[in-house]
Amino acid sequence: MNLASIVNNQTQTPEAVLFFILAPVMVLSALGMLVVKKAVHSALLLAVVMIGLAIFYIANEAPFLGIVQIVVYTGAVMMLFLFILMLVGVDSSDSLEETIKGQRISAVLGSVGVGFLLISLLSRAELGRAYAGLELVNGEGNVQAIAKTLFTRYVWAFEVISALLITAALGAMVLAHRERLLPRKSQRELAAERVRQSAIPVAGLPGPGTYALHNAVDIPALLPDGSPADSSVSKTIAARGELANPNTFRMNEKNEAGEE
Amino acid sequence: MNSARDLILDDPGWLIAVKGLLVFVFCVLCTLMAIWFERRIVARMQLRLGPNRVGKFGLLQSLADGVKLALKEDLIPAAADKLVFIIAPIISATTCFMAFAVIPMSGPVKMFGQETAFQLTDIPVGVLYILSVASVGVYGIVLAGWSSGSTYPLLGGLRSSAQVISYEIAMGLSLVAVFLYAGSMSTIDIVDAQDQFWYAIVLFPSFIIYAISMVGETNRAPFDLAEAEGELVGGFHTEYSSLKFALFFLAEYVNIVGVSALATTLFLGGYHAPPGLGFTESWLGGWFTFIWFFIKVVLFFFVFVWLRGTLPRLRYDQFMQFGWKVLIPANVAWIMVVAVLRYFTLNGASRTSILIFGGAILVIFLMGSSLYERSKAKKGEVTASAVDAPAPYPVPELPMKISTFTVPRAERERE
Repeated sequence: MNLASIVNNQTQTPEAVLFFILAPVMVLSALGMLVVKKAVHSALLLAVVMIGLAIFYIANEAPFLGIVQIVVYTGAVMMLFLFILMLVGVDSSDSLEETIKGQRISAVLGSVGVGFLLISLLSRAELGRAYAGLELVNGEGNVQAIAKTLFTRYVWAFEVISALLITAALGAMVLAHRERLLPRKSQRELAAERVRQSAIPVAGLPGPGTYALHNAVDIPALLPDGSPADSSVSKTIAARGELANPNTFRMNEKNEAGEE
Repeated sequence: MNSARDLILDDPGWLIAVKGLLVFVFCVLCTLMAIWFERRIVARMQLRLGPNRVGKFGLLQSLADGVKLALKEDLIPAAADKLVFIIAPIISATTCFMAFAVIPMSGPVKMFGQETAFQLTDIPVGVLYILSVASVGVYGIVLAGWSSGSTYPLLGGLRSSAQVISYEIAMGLSLVAVFLYAGSMSTIDIVDAQDQFWYAIVLFPSFIIYAISMVGETNRAPFDLAEAEGELVGGFHTEYSSLKFALFFLAEYVNIVGVSALATTLFLGGYHAPPGLGFTESWLGGWFTFIWFFIKVVLFFFVFVWLRGTLPRLRYDQFMQFGWKVLIPANVAWIMVVAVLRYFTLNGASRTSILIFGGAILVIFLMGSSLYERSKAKKGEVTASAVDAPAPYPVPELPMKISTFTVPRAERERE
């Protein structure tokens, strides 16, 4: 039986309405994905296409496939794409200059050719036997039917593919792996190091006037030994030459000692 | 057999529309009350009173805040990607409501003269549907972070999406045990399967892991790294104001109510009364089941608030390590145990053999954990001696002697 005639015979009105609303949206987003400049917009439009596809799966009584399509492709794969693209920045857009000569024309020709090939093949495709029908296939429930097919008839293919995926993940980890030469420092060790080595005191710079008799901004703080701390006064004030002499504000005994 | 499902499937179109509206109103009212409830409870925990001016007990406070928020100026930063900036909060706010479509909120009841149940629809993959909606909801956060065109929102968006994706794995795995026991992914079936024992008791480890990961999933304290004020200003919504910010706010609270409702459905028997109180389910023409459901959701929400009032925020790497290296492996091991047990039960193994198997697993687990603790204790000794006795902090010497006596070190330690 021809695929086109199946579609014509079996499409019901609500499904047709859904199709004629969603299909243009999907086609437009798919085209937009190719045309828009920013990579993130492309990724978003692709996500729209994927969700539209999932809705079609659900409408065709394959709820498990539809939901998994959203969880896996939209939720995980597309999100990882987006992750990478986001790190590129908001203003970056792809350069439209050709790097290989004649690339654009050959790409258009090639894709149009493949498209024609696919359309001509699909329009003449036949199942070769009567289709079983959803009632029979989904008889004991959609999820149960898929589980049964996947884990009995196709269990070998399923396991091989999962082994392949795990190998790919491990390969990526090996490629990105770097042997540590020194043990990683813990937060505690880092903090202790910072305290010991830092040029800036851990507690911050002393405020002006600390330990002195006045705490105006132009009076440097006194260090515990009585000498002025230059870092406690703003550099601007020092540059203007408005720095007060801290020695005049020293404690009494020291003052007297200075006058003697 | 499944009367609730048949009732839902028999709904006329207008009733579906009315139920949709009711679910929406329920969520919005829940959000308004939840904000008030949270502020009052946290205030109590901090020995304050909390909002008590607007309306009786301050009940209308969040409504007033909402009106104020809506009247504020709506800013769009110059560096923002305008279209995505507007779409992001809309994605967040719409997806969070969608999860409620499959939550069974009451048993069979009469609604406008129709026999039905307070649940919008039932699909065979209901729980997966909730997960998928949540994963689309992450787009709202990521896009908000990216489109704001500034650094803090971008970092916040990245953080929160990494967090939500990681904790979604732990969450999904903790649901597997429930699926194995209920033999279905439909929310109605799961609730019905719990008429004897709640899964919170039968599948206690799954319940705990779900409870932890749902806090991570909703970006709430102590896992609210995406909005860590000290590090990232406001996180992904730093640049948002007015109604767009209100949408994010709404989404956050509806999400919390959503994961609480899912936890209620999966682990606390949904709308069923607690064991021993089954006679209450027929009160008010069946509507009392809705009250049970609501009480359980509020309990979960109270735990959310309690956590926020009690725990400090985790460091980001600790948080991710906890998710990937503790929750997920523990979950996988637990699922294997559950699967084996379930296989034996379904194939008619005797109760004693199952108990022996369970006991053996428990013994192995305890032995393993004690060995691990010992090796960790040994390692701890080594590292402690390596870092031991840090040099004193570089403090400048004082000009005069303040303390005239010093206690010898040995003596001090003896005391």
